[in-house]
Amino acid sequence: MKIEDENSFDGLTDKEYKYGFVTDIESDSLPPGLDENVVREISRRKEEPEWLTEWRVKAYHHWTTLEPPTWAKVEFPPIDYQALSYYSAPKQKIDAPKSLDEVDPELLETYKKLGIPLGEQEVLAGVATVAVDAVFDSVSVATTFKKNLEELGIIFGSFSDAVKDHPELVKQYLGTVVPYKDNYYATLNSAVFSDGSFCYIPKGVRCPMELSTYFRINAANTGQFERTLLIADEGAYVSYLEGCTAPQRDENQLHAAVVELVAHKDAQIKYSTVQNWYPGDKEGKGGIYNFVTKRGHCRGDNSKISWTQVETGSAITWKYPSCILKGDNSVGEFYSVAVTNNMQQADTGTKMIHIGKNTSSTIISKGISAGKAQNAYRGMVKVAETAENARNFSQCDSMLIGDRCGAHTFPYIDINNPTAQVEHEATTTKIGEDQIFYCNQRGLDTEEAVGLIVNGFCKEVFKELPMEFAVEAQKLLGITLEGSVG
Amino acid sequence: MALLDIKNLHASVAGNDILKGINLTINPGEVHAIMGPNGSGKSTLSNVLAGNEIYEKTEGEILFDGKNLDDLVAHERARAGLFLAFQYPIEIPGISNMYFLKAAVNAGREYRGEEQLDAMDFIDLIEEKKNVMNLRDDLLERAVNSGFSGGEKKRNEIFQMAMLEPKLGILDETDSGLDIDALRIVSDGVNALRSPERSFLLITHYQRLLDYIVPDFVHVMVHGKIVKTGGKELALELENEGYASWVGEEGP
Ligand SMILES: Nc1ncnc2c1ncn2[C@@H]1O[C@H](COP(=O)(O)OP(=O)(O)OP(=O)(O)O)[C@@H](O)[C@H]1O
Ligand SMILES: [Mg+2]
Repeated sequence: MKIEDENSFDGLTDKEYKYGFVTDIESDSLPPGLDENVVREISRRKEEPEWLTEWRVKAYHHWTTLEPPTWAKVEFPPIDYQALSYYSAPKQKIDAPKSLDEVDPELLETYKKLGIPLGEQEVLAGVATVAVDAVFDSVSVATTFKKNLEELGIIFGSFSDAVKDHPELVKQYLGTVVPYKDNYYATLNSAVFSDGSFCYIPKGVRCPMELSTYFRINAANTGQFERTLLIADEGAYVSYLEGCTAPQRDENQLHAAVVELVAHKDAQIKYSTVQNWYPGDKEGKGGIYNFVTKRGHCRGDNSKISWTQVETGSAITWKYPSCILKGDNSVGEFYSVAVTNNMQQADTGTKMIHIGKNTSSTIISKGISAGKAQNAYRGMVKVAETAENARNFSQCDSMLIGDRCGAHTFPYIDINNPTAQVEHEATTTKIGEDQIFYCNQRGLDTEEAVGLIVNGFCKEVFKELPMEFAVEAQKLLGITLEGSVG
Repeated sequence: MALLDIKNLHASVAGNDILKGINLTINPGEVHAIMGPNGSGKSTLSNVLAGNEIYEKTEGEILFDGKNLDDLVAHERARAGLFLAFQYPIEIPGISNMYFLKAAVNAGREYRGEEQLDAMDFIDLIEEKKNVMNLRDDLLERAVNSGFSGGEKKRNEIFQMAMLEPKLGILDETDSGLDIDALRIVSDGVNALRSPERSFLLITHYQRLLDYIVPDFVHVMVHGKIVKTGGKELALELENEGYASWVGEEGP
């Protein structure tokens, strides 16, 4: 017999989006608008080398030829890209802080509210297994544990620093997984990305702590375009966490990030996200448009990339973390919980592209919709001619809470090698009032009941998350579904 | 003081008046049985008592353990010791029977100001109660009622009741769908729970259950009213004569 002790709905009483505060810090922004000069100005302010400036400009020109994609099952008014500001840095960044003491105390206060163990005190207080790079609006502010990591040859910090300190690495890998022509939002990101995180784990090194990035959008009318590049060299291992919050605003805010992962021979990357951007109010006003391109390249033999995501926030989520399984015996995994409530819309899923021999992939997707929300799973499994003995297992489960929400599954399968084994399973469950009453009758209040049912439903995904993230994810789920029944 | 005191209860569902003036008093330690034709309002009564909001109480007063039930929503009634074994137990996917019960037991304990049971104490409690109910281990680990057979669901209801140790157990046709052995096991389970403080309201169509769980009173419900009350011999009478003499006196 087994008992699970996963009791963590303390957060349930926080009725409102609890990260909805605005930090009052002077920021150094570009005026709204986008043209080649803006792109060059961003690059100039960041003191980038010429090759990077030209790469951005190429991306910008390509972007002007593109139309926004319309195939996703999401609806929103057209975005006025000229009304956005493409650069916003907290002012003090101009003389970048050399240590935590130099970081604006108000910023540190912000991170404290977010629960990020950034200040020295917290670090000493034993949250010492996570190294954090925090991205505030557009620039990366501080990285803890830099020293410890450096001793192992691990490079972890802001993308801008990496461009300055390790230009050869950035040049070698940037755009090799998500090319600048990849898609509308990725192309835009390539032109205007402001900062993000960079990580390189050298050959044979097992990163001893979780690496973590927190993204927070603060300034109004700013697009946030981070770029993350993570490379695990031969035999390396890293587990990477990404957390997101944003203040509550009336306007929708655009977030179009790109994440590129490269796993060389025998390397392993575990990338976990808990996404909790502001979802907008009950009528769908405000909230983040989260249009993100995430892709991992299993470049070497026996490499492995796992994506785990818990998506509870954003007004619209458009996101398909994918794996290109090029190396023989490489493994791709995708574990996802996507929750939508009220007017939220999510179109999310994954692509597993099998190229190498004996490659295998697993997809576990759990979609939960409540209120009037729409939740779509869109997955593609492609087996190339070269991929002898490829295997895929996909499981897509949907849960509906109430009867005004929707769940949709769009699995695409493209098999070009007869030795492939591809399995797909899908289920839909509905939580109705009778189930809630049954739980009530046993003494559970409605929120507890929904929490229990939903957490049970998501168990397979939560167990892939690092411990502290799993707890946070459960709480977030509770908060997101607050008041969704009855 | 009575454990349950129902005075002139009227209730409706989906705009139809179903209960039309129920009066019923259950004292601590008593076992009452309600019998009556299909559609007479027995399950409606149990749902109204349990606080199912689909059912609307339109008139009357219900006191349970000294509290006015109007003041308590469903989960509070449950925590206060009112248990309903459902006529049609509901399946809850994704959450194991055990984990569900642990949450339920601890919710009740918290309400009563008792300490929470940890995993070990809880397992001990499970072991003790499980043997009484002869419940298979795999049913504990499976999602609540999901894919259980009809009889397994009923047995699970009584197992839950044994775990929660309520003040009042309402058993809505728990005997329907049970095989002969299961009926005996379930009845033994209920009898083991009988005590001077704990009361039961048994809703049944069959006199046989009352051979096993002997009631102090038998009530006949027809068209939303209790039309006759007697001792256990009333059940035998009904078994022989049916409800013919009451049905038709008043249109539905
Ligand atoms: N949710 C509901 N919606 C509409 N009508 C209902 C609902 N629940 C009960 N009723 C109606 O109320 C009346 C009483 O039903 P109830 O279930 O209380 O009867 P019962 O005495 O338990 O019958 P049985 O012996 O068949 O279980 C029936 O006519 C039934 O159709
Ligand atoms: Mg009934």
